[in-house]
Amino acid sequence: MTKFIVKRIFYMLAVLFCVVTITFFLVHSIPGDPISSMVEDLPLETRDLYLEKYGFDQPIFLQYIKFIKQLAAGDLGQSLRYPGRRVVDIVKNYAPVSGMIGGLSLLIGFAAGIVLGIVAALKRNQWSDRVIMVLALLGTTIPTFVVAAVLQYALTVTYPLFPTTGFGTAKHLVLPVACMCVGPLSSYARYMRSSVLDVTGQDFILTAEAKGVSQFRIVTRHLFRNSFLPCVTMICTSVAGIFSGSFIIESIFAIPGLGKYFISAINDRDYSVVLGLNIIFTGVYILSVLISDILLAMIDPRIRLTDEA
Amino acid sequence: MEEQNRAQEIALSPQDFAICGEEAGGADLLARKPVTYWQDAWRRFFANKLAVCALVLLCVIALATIFAPLLSGQSPTARNLLERKQWPSARHLFGTDELGRDLFVRVWTGGRVSIAIGIGGAAIVAVVGCLYGGLAAYFGGKVDMLMMRIVEVLSSVPHLLVVIMMSVVLESSSIPTLLFAMTVTGWCPIARLVRSQMLQISRSEYVTAAKIMGVSPLKIVMRHMIPNTISVIIVAITFRIPGFIFGEAFLSYVGLGVQPPNTSWGALASAAQNSLLYQPYMMFFPALLIALTMLSFTLMGDGLRDALDPKLRR
Repeated sequence: MTKFIVKRIFYMLAVLFCVVTITFFLVHSIPGDPISSMVEDLPLETRDLYLEKYGFDQPIFLQYIKFIKQLAAGDLGQSLRYPGRRVVDIVKNYAPVSGMIGGLSLLIGFAAGIVLGIVAALKRNQWSDRVIMVLALLGTTIPTFVVAAVLQYALTVTYPLFPTTGFGTAKHLVLPVACMCVGPLSSYARYMRSSVLDVTGQDFILTAEAKGVSQFRIVTRHLFRNSFLPCVTMICTSVAGIFSGSFIIESIFAIPGLGKYFISAINDRDYSVVLGLNIIFTGVYILSVLISDILLAMIDPRIRLTDEA
Repeated sequence: MEEQNRAQEIALSPQDFAICGEEAGGADLLARKPVTYWQDAWRRFFANKLAVCALVLLCVIALATIFAPLLSGQSPTARNLLERKQWPSARHLFGTDELGRDLFVRVWTGGRVSIAIGIGGAAIVAVVGCLYGGLAAYFGGKVDMLMMRIVEVLSSVPHLLVVIMMSVVLESSSIPTLLFAMTVTGWCPIARLVRSQMLQISRSEYVTAAKIMGVSPLKIVMRHMIPNTISVIIVAITFRIPGFIFGEAFLSYVGLGVQPPNTSWGALASAAQNSLLYQPYMMFFPALLIALTMLSFTLMGDGLRDALDPKLRR
């Protein structure tokens, strides 16, 4: 087990290193220098001074080594647009907000999706199953910003129950979290339903029924445990979904989170921040892949055995 | 003694063993016409009402994006400052935006971009993915391992982040650059799918049987590998199209996609977001069309999967 985890961690670090390298060279391959792309009509001498200050006058390979050294020391560089603002500080200030909204929506989406999926599977082909599945299909196909627009219009204009935008009180959280959990909720419900139906056909369920085990015990002991396994693999997909959700939802609801900052950094052409935040997002994603791998290996011994061999 | 008696009792003659009712050789005749795989799939698909409805809806939307702007006779970029922010009316079916442009024409013209990117992206991904996956499966061994490791690294980066980075780096927002940004890692899942499908088929009993019977490799590829892979690919691609439409809408929404005066559904929805509270109709039509198109492609994909994949039939 330890060997498996260590191996996965090294693999993930290698992937992260590749991503960092590729994004660094991509960002530095943007034609023109980063200073003149932000400020027009800058006198050449001033521009050169700025380039020298940020080290952009050096050969790209030296810049890369410097960047990697800084990164190893936990420094992600600083903003070009707002001098003195470090990417690490941006993450410190904005990530908790995004983390809270993203985490809440993941949690709600996960729990509610699993429950709805089980209900749908147990009531197979009855009206409750149909309703849940139609809603889940709509939830997986309708883009987040459409859901956000509908909810925002319905619950702030037509029925003013919640504040339109902003962040601070619990009421402010309801709409963004609701919009963001729609995606994961629907896909977990769909996935869990088919997974439960798969398990229902297995022999051990028949055995349990033949032994006279109660319906409740069959569901909690046999059905749930076994059908829950494949859902673990979906953690990384939903984490990726939470990112894309946060980019849009935080902009719509004017939430001071990392996603909104990322989008405004892109529109500002603040490349160093884009690069830094990109590394953070990829890191979080890779971490979620790692966690789901380890969880799966802990639950299902077949995976770690084949991987070690 | 006894046996002789019994034989005499029964007294069988060769006529007793003749096939009754049918002409000789009648067992070889087929009661029904043979149904090929594609005929069967075709029939199953059209028996699925939901999928057919989705297909019809998609055709209607596609025809509307082609002909509606031509028929309405208005220009998608012509401004009329006297008719700004008008609610839907007989003159402007979908209303007008803050510059007085007719939204009916803009929505349908924008749909051209959205649908073109959806289908174009899926087509590129399919071609690259098939070639890559097919080559990996063909060569096998170390080449296969190396190729699949590359795919693994590429797919461990969230797709949308790659798309965002590529559009930031490429700086221009024409349709080809958008397509490039979205397909640069988008082909990985298809490549994996094609490879695993190819390997699975080449190890299956019927391919082994064909090999033993001396069927030429070319014929095995043509008769078994390609037909059995193509159905899986068609289904996978249909499910990818909504992803590309969403990707384009997302990029345009964030401000990295199609730039004015050109437009797309995502760009229209993004522009409508600012005045959602006062002019919700501006958001309504592009959002409805994005949702309907994505939903229809998904439903059609469900129908195609049920029709094309005998193993997944419920």
